[in-house]
Amino acid sequence: MTHEAVIGLEVHVQIKTRSKMFSRVAAGYGHPENTLTDPVVLALPGTLPVMNKEALDKVIKAGLLLGCEIAPECKWDRKNYFYPDSPKNYQISQYDQPLCRGGFVEIELPGPARNVMGEHRKIPLTRIHLEEDVGKLTHAAGVSLVDFNRAGTPLMEIVSEPAIHSADEAFAYLTALKTVMIYGGISDCDMEKGQLRCDANISIRPAGASALGTKVELKNLNSFSFVRDGIALEVSRQLSVVKAGGTVAQETRDYDGQTGESKSLRSKEMAHDYRYFPDPDLMPVQVGEEWKSAIRAGCPELPFDKQRRFQKEYDVPYTITSVLVPDPELSDFFEEAARLCGRPQAAGNWIANDLLRELGSARIGLGQSRVRPAHVAGLVKLLEGGVILSTAAKEVFIDMFRSGELPEAVVARRGLKSETTLDELERWCGEAIAANPKSVADFKRGKDSAINAFKGPVMRAAKGRADPKRVDDILRRLLAR
Amino acid sequence: MAKPIDLNLDHVANLARLDLTPEERARFSTQLGDVLAYMAQLNEVDVSGVEPTAHAFPVVNVWAEDVPEPGLSVEDALRNAPERRDAMFVVPKVVE
Amino acid sequence: MSEELYYSTISELSRLLGRRELSAVELMRAVIERTKKVDGRVGAFNSFDEADALAQARASDERRSKARGDGAAAPSRPLEGIPVGIKDVISVAGQPLTASSRMLARFVSPYDATVTLKLREAGATCWGRLNLDEFAMGSSTENSAFGVTSNPWDLERVPGGSSGGSAAAVAAGEAVAALGSDTGGSIRQPAALCNVVGLKPTYGRVSRYGLIAFASSLDQIGPFARSVGDAAWVLGAIAGHDRRDSTSVKAEVPDYHGGMAALADSGRKWRLGIPKEYFGEGLDSEVGAAVEAAIGEYRGLGCEVREVSLPHTRYAVAAYYIIATAECSSNLARYDGVRYGSRSGGATDALDIYFRSRAEGFGPEVKRRIILGTYVLSSGYYDAYYLRAQKVRTLIRRDFLEAFTQVDAILTPTSPTPAFRKGEKAADPLAMYLNDIYTIGVNLAGLPAISIPCGFTRGGLPIGLQLIGQPFRETELLAIAGAYEGHTDWRTRRPRL
Ligand SMILES: [Mg+2]
Ligand SMILES: [Zn+2]
Repeated sequence: MTHEAVIGLEVHVQIKTRSKMFSRVAAGYGHPENTLTDPVVLALPGTLPVMNKEALDKVIKAGLLLGCEIAPECKWDRKNYFYPDSPKNYQISQYDQPLCRGGFVEIELPGPARNVMGEHRKIPLTRIHLEEDVGKLTHAAGVSLVDFNRAGTPLMEIVSEPAIHSADEAFAYLTALKTVMIYGGISDCDMEKGQLRCDANISIRPAGASALGTKVELKNLNSFSFVRDGIALEVSRQLSVVKAGGTVAQETRDYDGQTGESKSLRSKEMAHDYRYFPDPDLMPVQVGEEWKSAIRAGCPELPFDKQRRFQKEYDVPYTITSVLVPDPELSDFFEEAARLCGRPQAAGNWIANDLLRELGSARIGLGQSRVRPAHVAGLVKLLEGGVILSTAAKEVFIDMFRSGELPEAVVARRGLKSETTLDELERWCGEAIAANPKSVADFKRGKDSAINAFKGPVMRAAKGRADPKRVDDILRRLLAR
Repeated sequence: MAKPIDLNLDHVANLARLDLTPEERARFSTQLGDVLAYMAQLNEVDVSGVEPTAHAFPVVNVWAEDVPEPGLSVEDALRNAPERRDAMFVVPKVVE
Repeated sequence: MSEELYYSTISELSRLLGRRELSAVELMRAVIERTKKVDGRVGAFNSFDEADALAQARASDERRSKARGDGAAAPSRPLEGIPVGIKDVISVAGQPLTASSRMLARFVSPYDATVTLKLREAGATCWGRLNLDEFAMGSSTENSAFGVTSNPWDLERVPGGSSGGSAAAVAAGEAVAALGSDTGGSIRQPAALCNVVGLKPTYGRVSRYGLIAFASSLDQIGPFARSVGDAAWVLGAIAGHDRRDSTSVKAEVPDYHGGMAALADSGRKWRLGIPKEYFGEGLDSEVGAAVEAAIGEYRGLGCEVREVSLPHTRYAVAAYYIIATAECSSNLARYDGVRYGSRSGGATDALDIYFRSRAEGFGPEVKRRIILGTYVLSSGYYDAYYLRAQKVRTLIRRDFLEAFTQVDAILTPTSPTPAFRKGEKAADPLAMYLNDIYTIGVNLAGLPAISIPCGFTRGGLPIGLQLIGQPFRETELLAIAGAYEGHTDWRTRRPRL
């Protein structure tokens, strides 16, 4: 009997705000220990929470981008549990009234080949709610050390339906989710910095069955590849358990990306009872139409929509759009260059290949690049106009990447202008044709090779500094008359 | 409503992270038994269709703009710490 | 005159200070001297910082001499130079904040509560740390880790609670006024038992930021004073919206003192409601008689007195102890010996820290309430207890609002009995809880209420009268209380100490 995997993901995303969720001390990453605290963050006696408007705005934005319905009213609840990284020993969260319900994440599955677009699917969401992050524990010999800099950072919990069926789908889901968050300016989703964390609920069931099997919660999937590998491992573990005639036990397992192994977590804590109840220190949130439409007005085009548009509007190949689209700045850069030169494919090629290569080897981001859309557009024009040869163009690009000078200036400074201009070439081609009527007749009779008879004289006239391909094009155009 | 005998002191004390001495257990179970029995009279009240009151004077959308303000110095943050190492709070090993 | 100083009212003192006939330092010295003389017997204070208090007084005198020329600081700054005692559950930067708990025995707060800042802005001197029932849980101040406070009128008896230290300090001349907190009567009941004025403002009127939370949806800070007028001065200083407390209400702060005076002059005839449910069994006969006499006084003043009904009163104690303990079980989770507070030695792992530190740090009443609150929130019981109690709370609130369609204020006894003997109810929590029966409904409904002296038992124990007002109508409430106070001299009686 064949089985299918059923996977639901719980993704925690840190929201990009300047201050914390319920107090105004700065939020941030990489600061010295316990320098981002205040009486509220440390839960000193007598302190009270006050919610951060920006965090609400950004969760609503995320909800709108993912097609969720935004709750007209939601409230705050206390989730009570003791842990040393949790200052109040309760987490302010949203229990039965999340800010967003429903919605979906559009994902792209791996295609048959790297240069072929894969199948797209929509993974439905259960809910998105807002809560606060906890501090950070580091374990030393016999003791644990606590840093509360992270405590109180706005945190969004995105819960998917159990509608993911493979490790690759889970990977695609996270990738798509991250891109949307980056597009919305909601989070950078840098897993290294803990800005995106993922837990997976995994079960298997006989193919075609509708009931869910016993689920195992897999924790510490703290990189994109760990998510894929960890889930793949867990699915095969469950399959082998079942094949061996056993049954999968309900448990929480910890995945170790280094060793590629997972082990059962037997927590000393007895069965959880979070004793949720409405937080009396906070008032409910009501989201009216005008608030929603104000945020909707600031919502960007979704990544996959942009990719479809690039292919349709500019007919840029998938190999290029799949490189441009995940980065909104790069996409804008491309559109600007395309607009300036009117040659989208050429501009796309220069950006996706040469620009990214140079940025990579220089280890800088697009923001620091001296090459701007105007540079790329100018280069494309010089090349199309035959002012330079493609060999020279490569040099020009590398030069302007370093110098920041516009291509025309680089060509002038370095004397890279091909001495044959378009009209010179056309004159020489015309002369060569006029001088050899026999070959013209042969060519028109269909003897294609006859065209070569004209090339020698043209090359001699151009002293070899002519692009054979262009000569061929021109000859054929003139002969076609 | 639940009968007082449902009060499983060990379970509840564990949730509340409280060690109780045998004397406290004995005293509390009778005292809280009385209190819960007294509370049982709330069953008499007809609350059908009554909204719960979470706030005496409910207002909505009480928030602050996202503008950072200075917090505590590391020294003030750790001044009351029972045990510290450099700028960190120290607790005995957390057993996962 | 100087031994009289510590028993003077804010109105009297600010006049003397304004005329430069008295300096804030002289006043502070008199109060310190008095405190040193009597507090060994009263035990109102957990601690006080003499040097800090005198420094604040000196600063006040300097402010006053700078302001020379513009004449008296009173009444524009009535609290300038006035020593106001602070319940040890309200944060004052650089001072201990213990909640009378072993858990916080060595805690020093790095920040000011909003009311503390407001008192400083008003020029008052924040004076001492006043004793209370641990974490404000109790009605006798016997549940303090640092010793029981005695009732200045009978040292064998309790001052009431939880703000027993605040009430006793004002009654014994150890502070001119004081701040307390009231979750189920913790200002009004001790005020009644100690013959002082105690005001619990409308929920949301005064910021809770910096008040150690017992039950967040019920807690409110308020003043203890020697006269209704003084209570008005202090309320005016501490009231107002606070961006640090999401539950504080955006309503501008009227001139309470001027407002109540104006209403007094207007000769307005008040309509008072007498809830029959508050005069049944359990009410001490002498207390009942004193309250009846007060009702007579009001009739004599031309007020219209009519019976009203608060039918759900009998469920108030049950609903209150479910809601209050549920909230406290969560509010007190932060006291774990990790970031601050007393940590038990010999804990082997982090989990152990919690069980041991909390077992050693909390007293029995706090443990009882944490257990009860944890239980009523635990899975399977939430709907039966907490949710149901919140619905009953709605009904109790409706009762009051309904009554206020017919009357301006509701008049009741503050406490069913006068001060009881130490230890008398310590063994029986339920009996102690039932002592709050007349004050609890007010917190559940979020209403303002005041307790004022209205007589004494034959044994010489003070009796208090409670007036309950409409939301955010403290000015009327104060005016109604003032009308009675003006025709009696109870408030001028002093305990023999
Ligand atoms: Mg979760
Ligand atoms: Zn979460």
